[in-house]
Amino acid sequence: MASGNEGWHVRDSRHELAHLSDEALVALAARSEQTALAELYDRYGRPAYGLALRIVRDETLAEDAVQDAFVTVWRTAQRFVPEKGKASTWILTLVHRRAVDVVRREQRRRTDSLDAAPEQPGEGGADEEAWLRLQRERVQGALRQLPDQQREALELAYYGGYTQSELAARLGQPLGTIKSRMFIGLARLRELLGETATETRWTSTT
Amino acid sequence: MDLHDLTPAYALHALDDEERTRYEQHLPRCERCRDELAVLTESAAALAWAVEAPPPPARLRARLLETVAAERETVVPLRGRRPWQAIAAIAACVAIGLGVWAGTLSSRLGHERSHNHVLAIVADPASRKLPLQGHTGLVAVSPGGEGVLVVENLAAAPAGRTYEAWVIPRGGAPIPAGTFGGGDETTTVRLREHVPRGATVAATVELAGGVDAPTEKPLFSARA
Repeated sequence: MASGNEGWHVRDSRHELAHLSDEALVALAARSEQTALAELYDRYGRPAYGLALRIVRDETLAEDAVQDAFVTVWRTAQRFVPEKGKASTWILTLVHRRAVDVVRREQRRRTDSLDAAPEQPGEGGADEEAWLRLQRERVQGALRQLPDQQREALELAYYGGYTQSELAARLGQPLGTIKSRMFIGLARLRELLGETATETRWTSTT
Repeated sequence: MDLHDLTPAYALHALDDEERTRYEQHLPRCERCRDELAVLTESAAALAWAVEAPPPPARLRARLLETVAAERETVVPLRGRRPWQAIAAIAACVAIGLGVWAGTLSSRLGHERSHNHVLAIVADPASRKLPLQGHTGLVAVSPGGEGVLVVENLAAAPAGRTYEAWVIPRGGAPIPAGTFGGGDETTTVRLREHVPRGATVAATVELAGGVDAPTEKPLFSARA
């Protein structure tokens, strides 16, 4: 029935499915619509890869983490419940978890500053670049507004892959202090980003 | 250890294996933690966008889609499942029912040129689904007002006749919205006219080629 080569016309898929919500795409992926998964990758593959690369610091390992996460999306799309959270959050959370698992296994953690990796133009065109830059500036701006200790806790945990106990030891702080820095940091980040922070819906590039 | 305290670290994947296991056992029993986790996870995921990085190599996309295509061939389709049974499931669980039905529908619409667009409107959770009165079926209306009429087991129109769809704005006259022949297990019609709120979508049998105004009572209809 399905051949391995069918249906992978990138631009076609984006054109046809571009106006669907992420959640609708997940529902289609749950019914084995491959073009829906392709569209989800086209929307989130770039931030997913950037995140994985930031954490594991190795291109091959980053690719593996992203591949694993999207295959998990494909296999478990039927269990996704839109009422519990957005599809983009689900996808990026899967990627993050994979990358953190890899970095712990590989003992690769680094704590370089956020802008260590050079930016390169992607293939998605000027619209996509501008949109990504906007997202990045908004979140970086919000991070900069956090008190140093909260930002440090979030960055070491999220990008560094450290556990809360490792953080406590590394920073010479009681575990309870680390917990509250992470909690307040995340809560404050949510306020700073506001309601629109999580509106990361794709807009058609046609 | 107070397990509630672990929520932020769990959202950041900053628990060790043992803590993670304990927290995951706790989660199904604690609504407060589930609610808090949903919120904090959203904040944590926003951090992904702050990273400045090169784009992924094209081979990653190719590799992913190859893997997925290979897995798809081993998936057994839902044979014999009537789409209408799946639609009934929508009432119980909108998202999953729609996914099932949209998938079933997609396999039936393979030859239709407007397949993806019809499917998109039907599958979009944001579109309204209006049950038909007078026949099994529904009308799906996108937030933008685009409508798709879906009818189950509609007999083929008699020789020299056609089915014709109508959009009837509230207090207005019927506007022709396309003709169709029926005769399929699932008939889908992308309505030519937008469907405003409060309008009625209806179908009649008319002379082949269609007419400008309906000449008989509707066979079935739905109120938008």
